[in-house]
Amino acid sequence: MLLEVKDLHAGIDGKEILKGLNLQVRKGEVHAIMGPNGSGKSTLSKVLAGHPSYEVISGTVTYDGKNLLELEPDERARDGVFMAFQYPVEVPGVSNSQFLRLAYNEKAKHNGGEELDPLEFNDLLKEKAKIVEMDPQFFKRSVNEGFSGGEKKRNEILQMAVLEPKLAILDETDSGLDIDALRIVAEGVNKLRTKDNAIILVTHYQRLLNYIVPDFVHVLAGGKVVKEGGKELALELEEKGYDWVKAAAK
Amino acid sequence: MTSVAIKDTYFSNAFRDRFATANDALGKLRQEAFEWFTQTGFPTVTLEDWKYTNVMPIANVDWRVADHPSDDVSEALGQVREFNFTRNGFTALNQAFAAYRVIRIPKETAGDEPIVLEFAAAAGEAIFPHTIVVAEAGSRATFVEIFASEEAGLTNSATQIFVEDNANLTHFRVQKDADDAFNYGVTEASVGRAACYDATSINLGGTISRHDIEVDFTAEGGEASVDGLYMLNASQHHDTHSIIDHRVPNCTSHQSYKGVLNDTSRGVFNGKVFVREGAHGTDAIQSNKNLLLSNEARVDTKPQLEIFNEDVKCAHGATVGQLEEEELFYLLTRGLPDALARNLLTYGFAEEIINKITIGSIKTELDAAVLNRLNAEI
Ligand SMILES: Nc1ncnc2c1ncn2[C@@H]1O[C@H](COP(=O)(O)OP(=O)(O)O)[C@@H](O)[C@H]1O
Ligand SMILES: [Mg+2]
Repeated sequence: MLLEVKDLHAGIDGKEILKGLNLQVRKGEVHAIMGPNGSGKSTLSKVLAGHPSYEVISGTVTYDGKNLLELEPDERARDGVFMAFQYPVEVPGVSNSQFLRLAYNEKAKHNGGEELDPLEFNDLLKEKAKIVEMDPQFFKRSVNEGFSGGEKKRNEILQMAVLEPKLAILDETDSGLDIDALRIVAEGVNKLRTKDNAIILVTHYQRLLNYIVPDFVHVLAGGKVVKEGGKELALELEEKGYDWVKAAAK
Repeated sequence: MTSVAIKDTYFSNAFRDRFATANDALGKLRQEAFEWFTQTGFPTVTLEDWKYTNVMPIANVDWRVADHPSDDVSEALGQVREFNFTRNGFTALNQAFAAYRVIRIPKETAGDEPIVLEFAAAAGEAIFPHTIVVAEAGSRATFVEIFASEEAGLTNSATQIFVEDNANLTHFRVQKDADDAFNYGVTEASVGRAACYDATSINLGGTISRHDIEVDFTAEGGEASVDGLYMLNASQHHDTHSIIDHRVPNCTSHQSYKGVLNDTSRGVFNGKVFVREGAHGTDAIQSNKNLLLSNEARVDTKPQLEIFNEDVKCAHGATVGQLEEEELFYLLTRGLPDALARNLLTYGFAEEIINKITIGSIKTELDAAVLNRLNAEI
């Protein structure tokens, strides 16, 4: 088991948002987490990534045999957890390539890999950029600054490609993408899918799942998983909408 | 012709020896300025514009006046006379002892190479560089001043910039004096019709430093960027006072100053933007953002917009704060350890200004200086 979330209760600012969530993810699997707005999808993503504003009230999260909740966000990252942000953050004055090289080298150092100098890293970055069809002119630009919504999302997947996480949580990576960008991003994610990693796709819509076919679909409502199934569940949701799920949560 | 009566006060011997009996127009101007200094002395904290910057440590030293050669300014006397030496005691002293350099960028020419001047004062020595740059109509150039005292000297500089009609001047001012040096500098810029002045001032060094910059638009359609960074450590003190004066219509000024303050350092930013009656179509933006890296660091910031006109687009603001939590979290989730993530964000904050420096060698050196300040390798 790569990730095991057991009866997780968590919230922010004294408000409980996740109310007893369970989830099991094995290597090689792709899980879709779907649910209406406000159901707690981003909260789950941020709790897994270790955002300091979110408090875990009770429950356990085991990742790769370790208590994930005890690790700092940067330790989680170096251990292979990656979250693509629903709203990627702009970091003015820091170039994309500078930032990514530092991240790459920190991870390499941690895992006994080889650190790369700027020239070597640039070659690696060029290769990885092909996966999301990203123009190398974005390397020199400040991280996400002045990027369009779609470019930011592509940049998140580029980071995933460089860091090669064991567990990738993609929070609404499809939102704000036009159909061409969606296809590029989805194909990129498919290329990064291996039998040794796992991907959690957080999405509101079914359309992403036409491109990245999940092994499991979990429907989240009111901070709990209210329904689970295979890929056909996503289609059912598309057809029936979320109202019946919301009703089930009450 | 009689010489100016000189009281027995700072600098009087040096002045008596060198300029007190000069009889030409420039000599008289020096005497007038020195007389003014003798009457007025160094500015004190009782003056509104100096209330946060105490220059007693400068006034208390018996400085040795450097004997630097001066260009012949007979062709530039008109410009010399425009210098507002009664701004304060420093400007008066500068006018009195000025070592002039006159740089003319001829009409309709574009200099490929930047013009670079470097200044340094030795221990116990006071230098008074006074540079006049005239970018004649339609010309284009980059002018760089580097202040790099390696010892505890005093630099008291003046820079007069004239960007004539349709000319384009980029001006980098880098102050990287030793930590025990003193630096006062004033920049006076006048921007002509449809002319463009792009100034970036980087302040890293000195124990007490101050930069006054005044930009006046003299005809319609001028554009000015007036940006700067002060990055302070230990007990360093830096003060920037700026005035941007929109006297005529349809000019644009953008100002972004940033401060990074660590340890017990102290920063002061005072920025006045005047939009005078009749200066319609003015577009003025001013911002001053400060990052405090220590609880004992302090900054006093006062952006001021004074608008005597309605048809204008103006915005200003100042912030004083710590690093953005969401930016920090973002970097952490990519595996950067906390200290490195903080350094990278601070570096990025400073780099937004340093990135304006388009001369590779200087930019590389500044990047290194910033990292050195942060004790970081990035
Ligand atoms: N800082 C906060 N303080 C209080 N409530 C919050 C905060 N952030 C999010 N919430 C609430 O938590 C719930 C879940 O939000 P979120 O996890 O972002 O949902 P989703 O990603 O599924 O749309 C929502 O009702 C939202 O309003
Ligand atoms: Mg969300």
